[in-house]
Amino acid sequence: MSGLTWLEVVLRAVAVLAAFLVLPLLVGQTEHKVMAHMQGRLGPMYAGGFHGWAQLLADGIKFVQKEDVVPARADRSAFRLAPGVALVPYLVALAVIPLAPGVVGAKVDASALLVLAVIGVGIIGTLMAGWASANKYSLLGAMRAAAQLVSYELPMVLVVASVALAAGTLSLVGIAQAWTPWWLLWQLPGALVFFVAGLAELQRVPFDMPVADSEIVFGPYTEYTGLRFAFFLLAEYAGIVVMALLFAVLFLGGWAGPWAATVGWLWTLLKGLVLAVVVIWFRVSWPRLREDQLQRLAWVWLVPIALLQLAVTAVGVVMMR
Amino acid sequence: MSGYIVVAAVLGAGVLLVTAAMLARSLLAPRAPVPAKLTTYESGVDPVGEGWAQTKVRYFVFAFLYVIFAVDAVYLYPWATIIRDADLGLASLVEMGIFIAVVVLGLAHAARRGLLRWV
Repeated sequence: MSGLTWLEVVLRAVAVLAAFLVLPLLVGQTEHKVMAHMQGRLGPMYAGGFHGWAQLLADGIKFVQKEDVVPARADRSAFRLAPGVALVPYLVALAVIPLAPGVVGAKVDASALLVLAVIGVGIIGTLMAGWASANKYSLLGAMRAAAQLVSYELPMVLVVASVALAAGTLSLVGIAQAWTPWWLLWQLPGALVFFVAGLAELQRVPFDMPVADSEIVFGPYTEYTGLRFAFFLLAEYAGIVVMALLFAVLFLGGWAGPWAATVGWLWTLLKGLVLAVVVIWFRVSWPRLREDQLQRLAWVWLVPIALLQLAVTAVGVVMMR
Repeated sequence: MSGYIVVAAVLGAGVLLVTAAMLARSLLAPRAPVPAKLTTYESGVDPVGEGWAQTKVRYFVFAFLYVIFAVDAVYLYPWATIIRDADLGLASLVEMGIFIAVVVLGLAHAARRGLLRWV
């Protein structure tokens, strides 16, 4: 162990866990309020007194007290394990995303690669849930989720390779340090592809086919109740946090901004929050795509654009060397 | 390497979080299983046939396509770290151009044979 005491390891893990439990709730409450105001409503107003700030805590307490039903036909062990498998990968991903050069849970060299790898594990939780429920809606939803996530994983991997190429490193800290405002133009196609693919990975509107509540009744999560159901919801909002922060670090320079040396972490969080609001905005203003349109968008548009971005980046790197 | 110890600790914290939450739930939540409650949900009517139904083979095709392209994409990452090397910059650019061209050719072939159409 090079220079890390056990106490520091534990403290870092606890800090990451605290961020993991607070940031998704912030995004969730923002969604309640932003969505409500976009639709001409007030949103939660009572829990906690001030503008319903404690609504999600109250929801959590309610979920814990609800009966946990495991259907008789279900594959019990897989059914019970699925929410954990869906949730924990986002926690690990959050651990390696830097808010500033010094403000990062775990300093890992190939952090860009690690983040992509662990985010890919989360889908197995959804697939387990859909299969183990032994419910037709759930199985359909799980199939849609799996097909969607593998299709959108590819353009995402390609555009992350593009920024890694532009920076010459696989470290998220290194990528954000190599960022210049010029990237906003140079990496623009990649940034758009990353945002769309991230939205699809999160199964958010307009890519919410797998959980389409009006046709397959929340898909893989149909049979879930109580706390296990709440875990899937928490995983979704943790996913928004991870994707928004990742976008801010990869394409917006993370902590780049005035007084970056002292308040850099705040810039990363602010950029992430703006992106989270855009994700919420999409939910309010877009209809759902059909399954075939969704696959077509990934393979006919996103993958070729991502490959083109890769070529543009490579030529740019060699020309400007 | 110490970074990965923290990653392992965070993974442990996650497992602990899930375990503790499930423990709290088993203490707080009521348990009253009745047969009707444990049947599979099918919009209110009794479930028909098996739950594990057949699905479209299309899904399998996309999984297959993904595996091929993802393995290709893996090769791009080591390349990203060495392209600045003055000795092989231009040569590696040309080689990667050929590589990407082959991938694009594969995608175009899949599209031409109708693999990317849903129906």
